[in-house]
Amino acid sequence: MSRRKSLSVLPGFRLSLSYTITWLALLLLLPLAACLMKAGSLSGEEFWKAVWTERTRAAYLLTFGVSLAAAVIDTLLGLLLAWVLVRYEFYGRRLMDSLIDLPFALPTAVAGLVYSNLYVKNGWLGQFLVPLGIQGAYSRLAIVLVLSFIGLPFVVRTVQPVLETIDADIEEAAACLGATRWQTFYRVILPALYPALLTGFTLTFARALGEYGSVVFVSGNMPFKTEIAPVLIVARLEEFAYAEATAIAVVLLAISFVLLGVINFLERWNQQRST
Amino acid sequence: MAGLKGFGVCSLAVLLVSLVGCGAESPAGKPEAGRAPASAGAKNYELLNVSYDPTRELWKDLNGAFAAQYQKDSGNTVEIKQSHGGSSSQARAVIDGLEADVVTLAMWQDTEAISKKGLIKEGWEERLPNRSLPYSSTIVFVVRKGNPKGIKEWTDLVKADVQVITPNPKTSGNGKLSFLAAWGSVVLNGGSEDDAQAFVKKLYLNVPVLDTGARGSTTTFAQKGIGDVHLGWENEARLEVKEANGDLEIVYPKQSILAEPHIAVVDGNVDRKGTREASESYLKFLYTDAGQEIIAKHFYRPADEAILKKHAEAFPQIDLFPITKIAAGWDEAQKKFFAEGALFDAIYQPSGK
Repeated sequence: MSRRKSLSVLPGFRLSLSYTITWLALLLLLPLAACLMKAGSLSGEEFWKAVWTERTRAAYLLTFGVSLAAAVIDTLLGLLLAWVLVRYEFYGRRLMDSLIDLPFALPTAVAGLVYSNLYVKNGWLGQFLVPLGIQGAYSRLAIVLVLSFIGLPFVVRTVQPVLETIDADIEEAAACLGATRWQTFYRVILPALYPALLTGFTLTFARALGEYGSVVFVSGNMPFKTEIAPVLIVARLEEFAYAEATAIAVVLLAISFVLLGVINFLERWNQQRST
Repeated sequence: MAGLKGFGVCSLAVLLVSLVGCGAESPAGKPEAGRAPASAGAKNYELLNVSYDPTRELWKDLNGAFAAQYQKDSGNTVEIKQSHGGSSSQARAVIDGLEADVVTLAMWQDTEAISKKGLIKEGWEERLPNRSLPYSSTIVFVVRKGNPKGIKEWTDLVKADVQVITPNPKTSGNGKLSFLAAWGSVVLNGGSEDDAQAFVKKLYLNVPVLDTGARGSTTTFAQKGIGDVHLGWENEARLEVKEANGDLEIVYPKQSILAEPHIAVVDGNVDRKGTREASESYLKFLYTDAGQEIIAKHFYRPADEAILKKHAEAFPQIDLFPITKIAAGWDEAQKKFFAEGALFDAIYQPSGK
C-alpha cells in the first residue's frame, strides 16, 4: 500500500483508475468477450475444423509474414525519415512533416485503389516495372507495399520526439572521445532510440495484421497465394457462418496477443539492460 | 484495497449495462401502433429499400416514378431511401436490425436467410407475381475492342492464353452466378460432373484477380486493363461497355444462367412501422407497365413478356437456364458449390496447384 501511495503526489488515483478500467472494459474487453463467446458456441472439433485447414494456415502465414515485412521496412524507412526531419533544415521540411500523417487520414480503401492503379501493367509505375518482372499489384509484394504505406507514420511519430531530445552535443562529445561516425550512430544514438523504434515497429505490425480495406484491392485475393486471413473471415460471414468467422478472428487475436507480448517483453528487457 | 473496490463496482456496472443492452437488441421488437395509417388525412411514409450493389440507378428511377404514382392514387406521399452493398452483407444488416421495409437482393438464399430469422413470412416467394421476380438478369462476357482473343463461348475461357476477370464466388453474387453458368455450360451440353469440375478448375486458374464484389471486378477489367474477358451482370456489362466509348465490347454466349433477384416485403419491419400498405404498393408497382419500362431501360430483363418483346433488340435471345437445371435449388447450389470445403474450394487445393 505504501508503495502505491508514493506513486504520485496528486490525488485522484482511485477515480482515474476506475474510469480507466471502465473505458477499457467498454471499448476493449467487452467486444473481445463477445467475440470469444460467439466462437465458443462451436464445439472443439468444429472450431478446429474452421480455423485449421491448409487454406487458413496459408492465410495466417501470409498475414503475419507481410505484416512483419512491412513493419521491418517501416522501421528502417521511418528512422531515416525522422532523422532527416529532425536533424536537417531544408526548404519544404514543414510540408514533408505534415505529409507524414497522410496515411492516417486517408481511407485505406483509397490507398488500396491508388496503389493497385499505379502498379498494374498500364499504370504510371507498372508500365516500367511489369516488363522487368516486378509485379507491384496483385502479388505479395503489393500487400507489403500498401501495408508499409499505412504503417509509416507510426515509426516516424514515435522516433521523432525522442530524436529531438538527443542533443547534438552528445554526438560531438562522442566524436571528441574518438568515436567514428558509425560508432557514434550505433553506440550512442541507436541505443537511445531502441524503445521508440520497438514501439513504432509494434504499432506498425499490429496495424498491418488487422488491415483489410486496402489489402483486398491490391492483393488479388488468390487462395494460398495472396489471400489474407481477414478475407477468409468475410467469406465465412457471407455464408452467414458467424461462429466460424469469429473463430478465425479469435485465432488471429491469440497469435497477435502472443507476438505483441513477446515484443513487450523484449522492450522491457532492453530497458532493464540499459539501466 | 479500498481503491480496488471502487473500480470493481464501476466495471460491474458497465458489465450489467451491456448485458441489458444485449438482451434488448432483438430485431423483431414489439408492434407499435403509433404510425398505423388512418383513412382520413394524407400520410407521409418513409420506406427503406435494401438492395444489392449495381442497382443504384435502377431504383433511383423507379422510386421517383412510384412516389408520383402513389400520391396520385392514394393521396399519401412516400419517400424511399435506398441502401446498397454486397447482397449477403445487406441481408446480414437486415437480420441484425437494419429497418428495411423491402429487400431486393441479388440471390435467393439471401432473402431466404432473412426469412429463416422470422422477419419475412414463409412462402414469401409465392406472394408476388412471377415468383416475386419483377425482372431477371444473366451473366455475359465483356471483351476488349475487336475481341482479340476471339472469345465467343464458355469453352473459350479455358484456353491457356485467356485471362478471365470475375469476382470471388465466396463473397459475391456475381461471382456465384459466373461459376454456376460455367458449370451449366458443361453439364447441360452432355458433360459429366467430373468434366464440369475439371472445366471450372481450368477456368479459375485463368482468373488472376478474385475481387470481393461485382464493382471491384468491373474496375479491375475496365480501368486497370487486366484480363481478356470479364464475366459480369448483363446490366453492369451494358453500362461498362457504354462508358468505355468503344474500347470494350459485349459478347453473348449461346447459353448462360438465369439470375433471379427476388424481392420481398420484410413483414417483421413493416408491421411494426405501419408501412405494409405502402411497401406492398411499391413492390406491385414494379409489375406495372411503367415499372417494367424503367426496368428494361436499365438493362434488366422485364418479367412482362410483351415489354420484353418490345425491347427485343436490347436483350438478345440466349438460352437462360434456371438454377434447377443444375441443382435442386439455390440453397442446394450454395451447399454443393460454395460452402466451406465444397467444390469451389476444391479448385484451389494445393494438390492440384
